[in-house]
Amino acid sequence: MRAVLPFALVLTMIVLHQDVWFWDSTYLVFGFLPIGLAYHIGFSILAACLFALLVWKYWPAGLEPGAADRPQDPAGGAQE
Amino acid sequence: MNPAWIVLIYLSIVVYIGIFAFRKGKESGEDFFLASRSLGQFIFLLSLFGTNMTAFAILGSSGMAYHRGIGVYGLMASSSGLIIPLTLFVIGTRLWALGKRFGHMTQVQFFRDRWECSGIGTVIFALTAAMLVPYIIIGVMGGGHTLATISAYKAEDGQVVSWIGYEVGGAIVAVVVMSYVFFGGMRGTAWVNTFQTILFLCFGTIAFVLIGAKLGGFDTIMEKMSQQPATASLLNRARITPEEFFSYMFIPLSSIMFPHIAIMCLTAEKVTHFRKTIVFYPICIALIWIPSVYLGVIAANEFPGLKPGETNDVIPQMLTKHTDAWLAGLLGAAIMACVMASDSQILALCTMFTEDIFAYYGGKERFGDKAQVWTGRAFVVLVTGASYLIALKLHDKENIFELAIRFAFSGFAAMAPVMLAALFWKRSTKWGALAATLWVALSLAGTWILHSQSEAMAKALKPGETAAIIPELGNLFMRTKGAVVMYGFLPVMFMCIGSALLMVVVSLLTRPPSQGTIAKFFPGGKAIGALPPAGAAT
Repeated sequence: MRAVLPFALVLTMIVLHQDVWFWDSTYLVFGFLPIGLAYHIGFSILAACLFALLVWKYWPAGLEPGAADRPQDPAGGAQE
Repeated sequence: MNPAWIVLIYLSIVVYIGIFAFRKGKESGEDFFLASRSLGQFIFLLSLFGTNMTAFAILGSSGMAYHRGIGVYGLMASSSGLIIPLTLFVIGTRLWALGKRFGHMTQVQFFRDRWECSGIGTVIFALTAAMLVPYIIIGVMGGGHTLATISAYKAEDGQVVSWIGYEVGGAIVAVVVMSYVFFGGMRGTAWVNTFQTILFLCFGTIAFVLIGAKLGGFDTIMEKMSQQPATASLLNRARITPEEFFSYMFIPLSSIMFPHIAIMCLTAEKVTHFRKTIVFYPICIALIWIPSVYLGVIAANEFPGLKPGETNDVIPQMLTKHTDAWLAGLLGAAIMACVMASDSQILALCTMFTEDIFAYYGGKERFGDKAQVWTGRAFVVLVTGASYLIALKLHDKENIFELAIRFAFSGFAAMAPVMLAALFWKRSTKWGALAATLWVALSLAGTWILHSQSEAMAKALKPGETAAIIPELGNLFMRTKGAVVMYGFLPVMFMCIGSALLMVVVSLLTRPPSQGTIAKFFPGGKAIGALPPAGAAT
């Protein structure tokens, strides 16, 4: 259940990215920024906010290994 | 003074950084290829980002924006700003953890270990190496184009001549990159990438502002462009179809599957270094791509009538036209910084060769760690030399961006399901991975055949028009001016879906790895890096 919210947020971002609502508009925000570009700049900022949330609340556990976990042979790999 | 002098001084600094890193390094494989897994937070963020910012990002994007408008930012940059950090969060952190635990230095080492396979790992190596080479060639081509454009001047007879031609420019870039990768290995490459990223972010911003001021303000140009029917469609997404826009979102999945990005993920000293990288990545992408796309669109007003192959150097052209010589040189150096991101790809290819082939098939055991490093260095020279020769041969034959997309991005994106299965699905098998890999290879070959057979058809098409390549199959295989599409969607979407399906179906039909291997990669029955329990957020 805890994993549902991050998935939902990412899916929402994918839907927001499609931006069909400004597809044909040439309106200039502040007189120099086409609205389709302004929207996606805003989208980039929103993506950074989403990742700040994911990193803060949903950071994966147990990634730092204990020193004892490290094997002696760094080549790894088994024969087929 | 010719601005190319400043670029040459910059290139000398870059070589010095590589030699300085050489003095700091040790003669071990892990140090040369991974900087002893010791990169700090700041270097990790900027070098990882710099590695992704290549000739394609700066020159290809502005060239594409020239023809297709501001939609290119949403098509490639904002989608990358969402998908690339997501893959770093989901895949990159796990690769780092497994690399620390089991000493993996490449993706193929991990696959061999995870699925108890040998030959299948070699097949994945071969496909990966084949898809990486075009990306390296792009770097050399971009370097040649940029130096030729920046050093251009008007001769006495009124003709525009380049002081440094494409061939010499490409050779200079190839030798510089080869030098600091040869000496500095991963440490040198990471330091150079950090230096280059800072340079580009600073001078790119200055260039943007100065060009705008010189042109009389961006608002005046945009207003003019919005009122002309020929250029108004560059200010919206009329030149991009919704199907193409949607399916392009699959392309950034390629980032984490590019060997240089995956290997770079292993260089962080601590996993916590990923945190700021993930959060700031979308902003860094925006800072680079906004000026590139915006200036590409403005170039359509400045230099109308250019053909696709002629638009990859519109930004250097604008610099030369609208800024002073010394400033054009500084900004040219900043562009060079991004163009030269092929260093990481060369190092990655060399790491793969020495680890997945030389060491795996007994070379390291027989000749030792030091010989492995020198084999890697010899491979750097070989790859750079071959890339330069190919770049000469393909000069003016292929659009940089198209070359990258067709051969590398789609293929790597379609390999992402293989990595996800290896990391998160216990039941996945080496046969599933092989089926998916072969599917990717065959799909790429098929797309290439369809593309080359429909070239004549594409020439007759106008932008926005499509035609059926095989009329009996209806809209299945369509040709646009620039690409092959399937029902309007890019083939990469179907390649990813097919790869995922094959991975699942063939894995379910074949025997899984031994219990010991599954227990090794899924301790306690869970994938490494499972979500922490609620309330345990860090």
